Amino acid sequence: MSLKSLKAREDDLSSPQRQLELLSEGIFEEGELPTFKDKIAESGHFPLKPKKLEILQLNLGYMCNQVCSHCHVDAGPDRKEVMTKETMQQCLEVIKNTGAHTLDLTGGAPEMNPNFRWFVEEASKAGIKDFIARSNLTIILANKKYHDLPDFFKKHNVHVVSSLPFYKREKTDKQRGNGVFDKSIKALQLLNEVGYAQPGSDLKLDLVYNPSGAFLPTNQAAMENDFKKALKEDFNIDFNSLFAITNLPISRFLEYLIASENYEDYMYSLVDAYNPAAVENVMCTNTISISWDGWLYDCDFNQMLDLKVNSKVKHISEYNEDLLNDRNIIISQHCYGCTAGAGSSCQGSTI
Amino acid sequence: MSKSYYDPADLRKFGEITEWSEELGKKFFDYYGKVFEEGALSAREKSLIALAVSHVVKCPYCIDAYTKDGLQRGITKEEMMEAVHAGAAIESGATLVHGVQMMNKYKKLSM
Repeated sequence: MSLKSLKAREDDLSSPQRQLELLSEGIFEEGELPTFKDKIAESGHFPLKPKKLEILQLNLGYMCNQVCSHCHVDAGPDRKEVMTKETMQQCLEVIKNTGAHTLDLTGGAPEMNPNFRWFVEEASKAGIKDFIARSNLTIILANKKYHDLPDFFKKHNVHVVSSLPFYKREKTDKQRGNGVFDKSIKALQLLNEVGYAQPGSDLKLDLVYNPSGAFLPTNQAAMENDFKKALKEDFNIDFNSLFAITNLPISRFLEYLIASENYEDYMYSLVDAYNPAAVENVMCTNTISISWDGWLYDCDFNQMLDLKVNSKVKHISEYNEDLLNDRNIIISQHCYGCTAGAGSSCQGSTI
Repeated sequence: MSKSYYDPADLRKFGEITEWSEELGKKFFDYYGKVFEEGALSAREKSLIALAVSHVVKCPYCIDAYTKDGLQRGITKEEMMEAVHAGAAIESGATLVHGVQMMNKYKKLSM
């Protein structure tokens, strides 16, 4: 595993344009596989339009203490892009007036943003129903200044969603780095200790499973049972739900697919598993993603591909929910990742 | 026409056998799908059985398919290898049990 981001390595694939070219060349250009546009047109879903806005997802920055091999953000310690307090203030204005019921903070490691705690305190006053922070868990143990994060999350009733690729050490460390599994387990135990996922507690702790390789996730409920049983028996850990998320063929996961000669097979798997029912609930129809520098996107993946919303309104400074809800969603072949099998979103399966 | 007998890409075309015999192909794939549903045995258990049998019948397509299926179901590599050994033990046992026939014949023919 490389310890640097694609960007720091000045790799071709750090360019969104190059990634989009790759996703349109070869098997898609030659017609071996249908483009996503043609595929959704078959079932009358083109152009893809938003439904009611439910989730505002804020990317607080690409800086992270980990360099996971599947990361679609290309996050890492060498990424310096973090949301400023000024942009956060613009976001707070939007949060106060939005019709969305969920606020979802992601990164990178969102906790590494120097204004993270200030922002959570302010945003939690806005009365959002579900306030999510996506934590990679190891950040809690990475430095003394983060050790009290479980108490901080509890104080503000933050719904913690944590990545844990597998309930065994080997696969987790292979994807996320040596020692990540043990630290993640310790962090989950700390969250349980302050009341997360405990009987009678409102504090929610969900886990994210994503395959550690060139294959798709299987049945989310079956996987949740396996995770619950193993984590309880081996480590006495409790959690609420497991979200099974498909790896999308962009950024570092795309790099892995190409380097391991799995790219074509993976795209075939995604296209073969295409499920029109999953298109109905695809997350870009109920989400707006906001980047560290305030630009608006249909989803976090489009953010990484620099595909800004197709609307007159493109930046948080000019945010207008009615105008945004009238847009056409921008698609490319990576979108097959959200429509395979039981569907995939930041909230797990969609059907 | 490929110059090798097995091409990994042919697995994707498996469904095409129905084109030359629609009724039989359809009946086979309906049956196949039904067999691997959750039943008295879990889909996970059936996946491991399929992996073991894939090795015994030495089908490279099946080995690819059920290794991937196992990974998707969270089956560990230790479980997969034990399944392969279970298949191999039965296969080698089936050879060795014929040793009794050899012994019987030897004894019968010998004074």
